[in-house]
Amino acid sequence: MAVIRADLGACQGYANCVVGADDYFDIDDDGIVVVLKAEVPDADRKRVEEAARSCPVSALKVTDA
Amino acid sequence: MTHTLIIGGSVGGVRTAQALRAGGYGGRITIAEAETEAPYDKPPLSKGLLTGSAGPEDIRLLTPEQAEAADIDLRLGVRAAALDPQHRIASFDDGSSLGYDHLVIATGAAARRSPWGDRDGVRVVRSLADAAALRHDLTAGGALVVVGAGFIGAEVAATGRRLGLDVTMVDPQPLPMTRSLSADVAAAAMAMHEDAGVRCLMGVGVTGISGGPGHLAVALDDGTELKAATVVVGIGAVPNEGWLAGSGLTLDNGVVCDEYCRAVGAADIYAVGDVARWFDRARGRHVRAEHWTNAVDQAACAAHNILNPSDPRAYEPVEFVWSDQHDWKMQLVGDTSGLAATTLLGDATADRRFAALYADGRGGLRGAVVVNWPRVMVQCRKAMREGTSWDDIETGLRAIADTTARSEARP
Repeated sequence: MAVIRADLGACQGYANCVVGADDYFDIDDDGIVVVLKAEVPDADRKRVEEAARSCPVSALKVTDA
Repeated sequence: MTHTLIIGGSVGGVRTAQALRAGGYGGRITIAEAETEAPYDKPPLSKGLLTGSAGPEDIRLLTPEQAEAADIDLRLGVRAAALDPQHRIASFDDGSSLGYDHLVIATGAAARRSPWGDRDGVRVVRSLADAAALRHDLTAGGALVVVGAGFIGAEVAATGRRLGLDVTMVDPQPLPMTRSLSADVAAAAMAMHEDAGVRCLMGVGVTGISGGPGHLAVALDDGTELKAATVVVGIGAVPNEGWLAGSGLTLDNGVVCDEYCRAVGAADIYAVGDVARWFDRARGRHVRAEHWTNAVDQAACAAHNILNPSDPRAYEPVEFVWSDQHDWKMQLVGDTSGLAATTLLGDATADRRFAALYADGRGGLRGAVVVNWPRVMVQCRKAMREGTSWDDIETGLRAIADTTARSEARP
């Protein structure tokens, strides 16, 4: 199990994460990331990590729970 | 132990290394970078680095500590000089050389040099050193003339206004950013720049630059002359492929690659980012792109293909570009060139938010430009990727537009 940590102050609303994993990330009307599920089972980890790494401003981290 | 040698500490190079490790690559990884600076991200160079809202340490892609933690051998200040693909050896300008099992070319592109001569006070924006020098000049004050109204030029012009400077942007094209934007959106972008105080001289060429720092003069082909303290030349970029001249690799304004990001004729060599010209199946031709997202996505593809030689993945991107200018956060997906958008949602002037949608003529979406409207952009990117029908996209986006309008009308 891993957890998603989002730096809402850093988020610039590029939404690369939403495109990468829209079951974990969404974006609100102000263009700030919304983490839909913070806990990531191992089966999803690689996909969610790739989505997090696609953030242009490194606002997302996936770390061990 | 196998060895992947990555030439270039660009975002493409760094992301390839990280994706290899994330994918369980157990071999050696070396990144050889010509600059002495640890790898850094380039989009902020024309924005935050110039205003001072970001410093060099804020934009690092890979610090020496992070490299060590990921078991990546990060070598700085070594410039690749030649490649011998037959013997799998890259050599460097300090006389050293390295062998490899897989090579990843990620040397990026360099700013196209000013055809009006090198001159103190005439700047380009490509490296951290370029940005630092330009920031120094801009903070000294005085008029700024930006030559070239592409994305970089337009961003620098916007940054100049943010710093309170007198800014003029010059381009021989009739409108700014015409390589990417349709004429109607480019016209809206120009109006936005003019609202923000940028003097836009479009359809005008530069014939010469004279003077020195603080007292430059830019001569235009309509006979006028612009005085400037600083001139920035943003007229495109050329791939850093000179070091490959004798290698036998196919070079054609970029390293020519197949659809798997592999250099043609060399199954163990990949190219990613600005330096790569890959075969794009969707367009049926070779394409070179100079976008951050392109470099990042190609890095993921190259890493996958190094890790999974029996199950290679073709690089089939949906192009995505962003640019921040004044109060516009502009995002482009797909192909947004041409004369005019098929459908416009929102209003560029009244609510500073709009979406321009482009039909592909076959019942689908060809591309979209979205300004200050992230929720709409997400839908456009998904639609592009999933091949959603035009009617469904338009209906869905109109619903979002109505919801947004209603929530804003609420007292």
